[in-house]
Amino acid sequence: MTTDGSKLGFYLLLAPILLWLVVLIILPHLGLFWVSISEKIGPREFQTGFGNYVTFFEEPLYWRTFARTAIMSILATALTLIFGFPIAYYIAKLTRGRTKTTLFLMCMIPFWVSELVRTFGWMILLRETGVFSNLLQYLGLVSGPVEFLYNDAAIMVGLVYTSILFMVVPLVTTLDSLDDSLIEAGYDLGGNSLSILREIVIPHAMPGIVSGCIVVFMLSLGNYLTPILLGGKDSLWFTGMIYTQFITRFNWELGSALGFLLLALSSGVVFLGLKLSRQSLADTMGRA
Amino acid sequence: MKIKVFSTVLVATALTAQITSADTLRLLTWGGYAPEEVIAKFEEETGHTVEVTTSNNEEMIAKLRATNGGGFDLAQPSQDRITSAQEEFGIYKPIDMSKVNADQFIPSMLMATATNTTYEGEIYGLPHVWGTSGLVVNTAEAGDVTDYTDLCDGSVAGKVSYRLKRPTLIGFAYSMGLDPFAAYGDTDKYQEILDQVEAKLTECKANVKTYWDGGDEIKNLLRSGEVVASMAWDTGGWQLNADNPDITFVAPESGALGWIDTFVLPARGRADDAAYDWINFVMRPDIAAMITNTAGNFTAAVGGDEGVSADLKARYQGSFDQAAVDNIKWYPPVPAGLETLEGATLDRINAAK
Repeated sequence: MTTDGSKLGFYLLLAPILLWLVVLIILPHLGLFWVSISEKIGPREFQTGFGNYVTFFEEPLYWRTFARTAIMSILATALTLIFGFPIAYYIAKLTRGRTKTTLFLMCMIPFWVSELVRTFGWMILLRETGVFSNLLQYLGLVSGPVEFLYNDAAIMVGLVYTSILFMVVPLVTTLDSLDDSLIEAGYDLGGNSLSILREIVIPHAMPGIVSGCIVVFMLSLGNYLTPILLGGKDSLWFTGMIYTQFITRFNWELGSALGFLLLALSSGVVFLGLKLSRQSLADTMGRA
Repeated sequence: MKIKVFSTVLVATALTAQITSADTLRLLTWGGYAPEEVIAKFEEETGHTVEVTTSNNEEMIAKLRATNGGGFDLAQPSQDRITSAQEEFGIYKPIDMSKVNADQFIPSMLMATATNTTYEGEIYGLPHVWGTSGLVVNTAEAGDVTDYTDLCDGSVAGKVSYRLKRPTLIGFAYSMGLDPFAAYGDTDKYQEILDQVEAKLTECKANVKTYWDGGDEIKNLLRSGEVVASMAWDTGGWQLNADNPDITFVAPESGALGWIDTFVLPARGRADDAAYDWINFVMRPDIAAMITNTAGNFTAAVGGDEGVSADLKARYQGSFDQAAVDNIKWYPPVPAGLETLEGATLDRINAAK
């Protein structure tokens, strides 16, 4: 009787997550996969086949955009790590009490407004008649208006800005758990800042670095607004391509196939990253 | 038994009566086509409530396709995009002409739209608002721009914007001396035209500041002076003209592209009566004038231009003389499948460096 009761409790507790997984994740993906393997042969006529996937490999446009998106996302992740690590280290190790809370809060405040508003903020700063351009002209550094918007650098700035919080938070958590005495012991044994960073801090922070990188990479790869709005005419991004297939081309079949390829790409890159950094997913997610 | 049948009928009629008397009309339309004061007046007169969703041609079709024609009771796509969408996805239902007050429509426009939206013998569309796309130019800085291909001229380098959508392909084709509408039925010939336009637009890409997406975006770019010449809708040009007399709509030498936005009934719409009430209501001359004054475009309503503000009429006449009106290229219905070719061309232009 008691076992039955506890079993019931177990299933009841399991039900929400199962429901969520099946209804919101697995079923839509099955549907999407079904759409992706139907080839259109005429109005309202379809046949089953992998033609849409073949299109992707045959048309250089698609896989070039695919590669570009992946490379830019990896670069954005690396830049976010480079900017995020010192911030996280400062917050976790060099501040105490109220200062720490305040700094942490300041990192979060920009995320209280929506991504769209933040991106428009960057557009106001970077556009030809915007703040930076006017400031440079006022200081006499340039003679005419300068356009900072609509290029890859603008996309990169937007991506790093959008995702830096998701790097800082796991890093602060892991760095917090590093005992200060270990760093002191490192100095006592004759290490310098660089070797201590390499031998003690980074190995300890590795799970945080990896989980931060996974989240930032996924966010950048799946970002739609930032590349489209800041990139202008050169803003080729894979998610934008999927949107176009679905909405403006009415080609759900190819759009679904591209969606699955994006899923495969992101999973592949994360797997590769875990292998290269010799971390396991369980370890990373458990500690960060 | 009789009483039971009678009571069932009674209940059924009561339910239907309730449904017909006060419905919620879910309207899928363009920005400006359903102004607040028009909705308020309609709700007061008929007792229906109106829920407005603003969208564009592609999104309207995509939304209705996702639900097999459900979720909305009345939609307003352009007349050239109806038969192909009906053929591919079956998302509309035919118009019941007996419920429409046909006298309120300008006969020639009603006829033309009916012909263009007839699929398998049934009429699917009624004309509502019409307008053109052409050039919106800051005449003080780019007075030489008189045709689409002039946007690729070195004198306006970096200060040009257009949409990366099918009207741009069509406009450039006409400007290059080609006739895309005549090639609608011939896929190979159309592809040939697309290839030429693709080469031109790829070459022209260096001139473009950015491809605009929404009406507010292009108005913003023109108003700030970051863009001095663009391909855009006539209303955008006239609205900007009110703020800055240098900026106005110019009908291109090769002809402005004329569109008509229609009324269509989504296949699984639930409030058809409210939809017909709305159609008959907004086609009344006084209401049509109210819509023209907010949307900036004229309607297919008889006498609808009488109540329009004098400013707007003056701007319209400034952009269109009789020759320019005669030269308007009206979009014929797009055959199913053509948009796939255009899509591939647009993707390649977008990816070109």
